[in-house]
Amino acid sequence: MTVSSTSHQQEHGRFMTVMKDILARPSGLIGLTLVLFHILLALLSPSIAPYDFKLQNSSLMLSPPSSEHWLGADHLGRDILSRTLMGGREALLVTGIATPLAVIWGGFIGILFGLVGGRVDEVLMRIVDAFLSLPWILKMLVLIVTFGTGIGVLIPTLTFFYGIPVIRVARAATHDIIARDFVWAAKARGHSRISIIWRELLPNVLDTLMVEGAMRWSWMLLAFSSLSFLGFGVSPPIPDWGLMISDARGFMSFAPWGVIAPVIGLSSLIIGINLSADALAKALGIDRAQKAPM
Amino acid sequence: MLIRRVLLGGVTVCIVSLIIFAGVEMLPGDACTQFLGEYQADEELLAQCRKDLDLNRPAIDRFAEWTQGAITGDLGLAADGTTKISTIVGDRLKNSLLLAFCAMAVGIPLALLLGVVSGLWRDRLPDIIASTLAIFAMTIPEFVSATLLILVLSVWLGWLPGIVLTSAAAPASEFFPEILLPVIVLSFVMCAHIMRMVRSSVIDVMASDYVQMATLKGVPYWQMVFRHALPNALLPAINVVALTIAWLLGGVVVIEVVFNYPGLGRLMIDSISDRNLPVVQSIALIVASVYVCVNLAADLLTMIANPKLRTMYMRK
Repeated sequence: MTVSSTSHQQEHGRFMTVMKDILARPSGLIGLTLVLFHILLALLSPSIAPYDFKLQNSSLMLSPPSSEHWLGADHLGRDILSRTLMGGREALLVTGIATPLAVIWGGFIGILFGLVGGRVDEVLMRIVDAFLSLPWILKMLVLIVTFGTGIGVLIPTLTFFYGIPVIRVARAATHDIIARDFVWAAKARGHSRISIIWRELLPNVLDTLMVEGAMRWSWMLLAFSSLSFLGFGVSPPIPDWGLMISDARGFMSFAPWGVIAPVIGLSSLIIGINLSADALAKALGIDRAQKAPM
Repeated sequence: MLIRRVLLGGVTVCIVSLIIFAGVEMLPGDACTQFLGEYQADEELLAQCRKDLDLNRPAIDRFAEWTQGAITGDLGLAADGTTKISTIVGDRLKNSLLLAFCAMAVGIPLALLLGVVSGLWRDRLPDIIASTLAIFAMTIPEFVSATLLILVLSVWLGWLPGIVLTSAAAPASEFFPEILLPVIVLSFVMCAHIMRMVRSSVIDVMASDYVQMATLKGVPYWQMVFRHALPNALLPAINVVALTIAWLLGGVVVIEVVFNYPGLGRLMIDSISDRNLPVVQSIALIVASVYVCVNLAADLLTMIANPKLRTMYMRK
């Protein structure tokens, strides 16, 4: 746990200790490697993909792996290797923007209302509960069907709905800290609310928020790929693992490679994020098993 | 305290219904523009339709009527203006309950067993295997594990039917053996969440002072585990089980789509695509109420089962 008013140097030193702790665990090492690999792949894949991802070739339709097309071709005769290599770009872009935004807005509201307390807080928590009691897919689909698919709708939608559970976590963490002496001291010194949030509460809630963010990232990725799978995520011909699995499912009995390649891509990324989140939680001393996704 | 919890649950359901109703009101278009489709440009038809469906009255009035109907079980009419929602939703709800019940019957006992075993033998082979599998079950998207299972068990080995072809209104017995694959996937996923929770609480309890005390007093190991450790270790599992039940009844859309299972989730997604908003409203209300009730039940159960909490709240 950080103590308030740490200097930058201490903060930097702590970052290094936590990183070392994560890398010392097998789960952290494997997880971070996978995540880094996928981020690099997303950045570099347009230049290393052997074929154009949208190039259709009717003579290659559903062809098995060959020396020219290592993973075969899909139902439109597009190269599966190229599409698999590029299939995580959209997902990483959308969740990579939406996750930090969700943690920031949810965290801020949670800390603020945890600090203010009273009636307002009580009312807000009922609204949060109400939102959490609706299935995520219903909330999102209604917005997506109304406003259309695409990054412009997906990012705000994911940011909004995935920030709501963060409010709860941040509020609970704030309640744990707020009774401590140093918060009382800051109040007694006459600091403003913003200053108390920024200088006293935030540094102490940050650990919880980071773990929360890492877990939200993997759940958001799950949500994104599920939406793509259902046909509400990325729009074709942009390659995406969820969409590829959904397309190739019908031909699974005679062309299973079309399913297996994107399955490996998607699973390795999600497992990587989860292993990293696990290691991060352990390094920061937060019990992750107590949490179930919402 | 009990009364307070129940009241809070009621308030949450009220807010949910308000959010659902307001959300649907705010969306562009209504039942009439959807129903008339390309004819909606005809002002006269539109006005007539709105009059027929009572859409001209203020939103507050319709909200009051809708909630009144919902309380008495009358969910109103679907967007086509003729079908009763309660009949459409009824069959699907029955199928979802069937699926959820089968998944729970397999998943919960298995999860408790695996959780206790891996908690007692922490970091030994059974724990490593179970925990690794749990990570896979929790992280891999359901549609991926479902697709892989269909590929292996149904396409390659031909053991189980990979898709449900039974119609929504069929009696429960006709869903066997088609229901087995979705049940396997669901219980696999829910098992992982419960197992992890049970494992961590078994570990906590086994490290506690009173367990050490019992061991030092010479209580036989298994008697100590069953009589002293497990009753306390399993308490926190109640809440996770509640969350998974709520998830089973509302969130298994993807699994239902993959297996073509005619449950509430697929009805939900179809209704959203068709803009059949009255049906969406009803499903949302049902699912949210289930969520609130199940969580409430779990809280009450924990309170009753845990002597510490029991006396604490009695005194209050």
